[in-house]
Amino acid sequence: MICLSRFLARLVHGARAFLRRGLPHLIVLMMVAATPVLAVQADEVLDDPVLEERARDISANLRCVVCRGESIDESNATVARDLRLLVRERLVEGDSDEEVMAYVVDRYGEYVLLRPTFGGANILLWWAGPLLLLIGLGLAIGYLRRRSRAEAPTESALSAEEEARLKEIMGD
Amino acid sequence: MIVELGHFALILAFMVSIFQMIVPMIGAARGLPGWMAVAEPAATTQFLLTAFSFGALTYAFVTSDFSLSLVVSNSHTLKPLLYKISGVWGNHEGSLLLWVLILTLFGACAAWFGANLPPTLKARVLAVQSSVSAAFFAFILFTSNPFIRLAVPPFNGQDLNPLLQDPGLAFHPPFLYLGYVGLSMAFSFAVAALIEGRVDAAWGRWVRPWTLAAWVFLTIGIGLGSWWAYYELGWGGFWFWDPVENASLMPWLISAALLHSAIVVEKREALKSWTILLAILAFGFSLIGTFIVRSGIITSVHAFANDPERGVFILLILAFFMGGSLLLFALRASAMEAKGVFGLVSRESGLVVNNLLLAVSTFVVFIGTIWPLLAEMFFERTLSVGAPFFNAAVTPFAFGLAAVLPIGAMLPWKRARIGRVVKTLLPAMILAIAVGLLAFTIYTGHSILAPIGVALAVWLVAGAFVDLWSRTGRGPIGSRLSRLTRLPRADWGKTLAHAGVGITLFGIATLTGYEREDIRVAQIGEPYTVGAYEIELQGVDEDVRGPNYLSTMATIAVREADSGRLISVLNPERRVYPVAGMPTTEAGINNGFTRDVYVTLGDPQDNGGWAVRTWIKPFANWIWGGTIIMALGGLFSLSDRRYRVAAGAAKQRRTPSEGVPAE
Repeated sequence: MICLSRFLARLVHGARAFLRRGLPHLIVLMMVAATPVLAVQADEVLDDPVLEERARDISANLRCVVCRGESIDESNATVARDLRLLVRERLVEGDSDEEVMAYVVDRYGEYVLLRPTFGGANILLWWAGPLLLLIGLGLAIGYLRRRSRAEAPTESALSAEEEARLKEIMGD
Repeated sequence: MIVELGHFALILAFMVSIFQMIVPMIGAARGLPGWMAVAEPAATTQFLLTAFSFGALTYAFVTSDFSLSLVVSNSHTLKPLLYKISGVWGNHEGSLLLWVLILTLFGACAAWFGANLPPTLKARVLAVQSSVSAAFFAFILFTSNPFIRLAVPPFNGQDLNPLLQDPGLAFHPPFLYLGYVGLSMAFSFAVAALIEGRVDAAWGRWVRPWTLAAWVFLTIGIGLGSWWAYYELGWGGFWFWDPVENASLMPWLISAALLHSAIVVEKREALKSWTILLAILAFGFSLIGTFIVRSGIITSVHAFANDPERGVFILLILAFFMGGSLLLFALRASAMEAKGVFGLVSRESGLVVNNLLLAVSTFVVFIGTIWPLLAEMFFERTLSVGAPFFNAAVTPFAFGLAAVLPIGAMLPWKRARIGRVVKTLLPAMILAIAVGLLAFTIYTGHSILAPIGVALAVWLVAGAFVDLWSRTGRGPIGSRLSRLTRLPRADWGKTLAHAGVGITLFGIATLTGYEREDIRVAQIGEPYTVGAYEIELQGVDEDVRGPNYLSTMATIAVREADSGRLISVLNPERRVYPVAGMPTTEAGINNGFTRDVYVTLGDPQDNGGWAVRTWIKPFANWIWGGTIIMALGGLFSLSDRRYRVAAGAAKQRRTPSEGVPAE
């Protein structure tokens, strides 16, 4: 019981933290939304198609900080536009993709990465699927082996009356 | 007055649900026929009361009764009638009322059509179902009452979120809820079977139609939502891995697993405890989905309310039902002894692999969705998990599933030889590899995932039809063709559903791999080419008035670049809904069988032109076409005679064609 209440307290705390961070974002979102612009605009596109391609790839992996789960590549917000321009600026100055990412993360924090890093606890996130698959595969193979070796049961679990009823239901 | 009656009916329904939760359960335990039989009229009463209550709320919306606080914040007199009605469920309180309406409808259906169920099982199923509705009635009445009056009603309302004023989204929630809530039926059957202490082939046969129906509704609901996102959000994305979307994907995946494992229970009396577990988890994920959408704990584009108190209430409901049923499962599961014996290579094993892959993908989506929350709570890290993670983490499972599906689907029961199946499927395999290589060589310099996806899609579709054809046995083509028409509907359903998966996969692979995009400032009357098309901005009308919005509308001609033949004139718009103070974009789309031409209008530029974005989206419609075919496959299976007999029960009273969808 204590454990549950502590969990709930943490959860409420987590929710509040999200609201504290989320609500101002939402208000900003509403303000910027009043003057919508298109996601990537014509004047942002770089002349060099290779650099532009790299810019788009990077943008698709960066979160628009005032939006809900949109990348800056998709977002209409002005903040996203500023970040898109910043990414292109860094690329034109000769930064590698990793350097651009590091530059942005330095300023906005891990929150902007739509693809979480592999560092620290995130290992759990990335390995959860493959690990569970392996465990599941082990269990499944064990089960299938037991099934293939098992003896078919001879006696029926149903009473004669139930058998008759079952036959009627199945109709075949 | 009608509103008060609706409120009162809701309270009465809550009382009835408590009664129905307790009395039949005691009756079943003590063997009191009268106490058990009371569940049936109670389920009907519960449904009628809730339907009346829902009708009262709809009446308030249609007549724009602004003394109701809910109507004020979600409606407006100028709103078209369709959206006045869909506004009923376009908000937290009203959508919950729709939730319980469907919940009680399913309960009533079990009462009406469950004549074949053993009386104790039926009483317990209805009691468990009613305990779920009691919890949600309490939730509505105590935290989210839609019937709250205002002391001083305003003259007009604040309008529904304009993004939701769309035919695609008007019907998206009801279908999703039919799916979510349909899984409650599988849950009730699972818990009732655990209390009963017995799971047999007949149980599998009773559970499967409910799961299948829920899955069909979920498929349609998700398809509608994705289609809406495609044309409404303005850049032609169809899936964003948004928490709310994931909330609907998880029950879909797990119910797909459940309806396959229920086959094993039905045909072979194996995988019993696993199937029970899946039935519990499937509904659990529905509740988790509700929790995610309602609590606002995970920020998302289309979450309703950011209210931690409500979130905690749903979490308690979730904890109670999942905790209770899993505890029951732990105590009773060992009693579910498997009967069927089968070899390592067999249809049974194929379905185990199916279940494994579907269950693990569900888990991956789940952990990705809640990871930001876990990281914040336990590791003090504020981070995001977005589309790039899900694409990377889920694609291998999707591909793996597609690769083994046609083989698993063709393995015979009990004991199979894989060599024989592969031999039958060889033509499909060769075709798939050939088409994949073709895609690879035509479109060089694109992601390698696209041709793999294309090959797997062809493999799925061709494999499904090879399977169907092999069911007609041997002999001359003519007699095989005539046998094809006489195959059980379940066989057709299986083929259609599996082919539908392939068609959707084909659409996704080509759209994400081979899309072409153009961003530019277009001058009026100066055409330019994008791919094989010529695009011309012919004019922009900045003063278009809709019923409840203002719009800037462009006229854009799309021609074939070679011949100059006019294909279509598109009218992308930018709308502003003054009451809600919200702008939306309406894309101009020319739908085609092999591609969509998709244009959106941007800002006017200083030098006179307009920003215009153009996309050529190959095979976009195949994504939703495949979804429809999947749902159709489910309906075909559902209409198979065996389920009509088991679920419908009333075969003497009806003509065979009645109550059969897809005919």
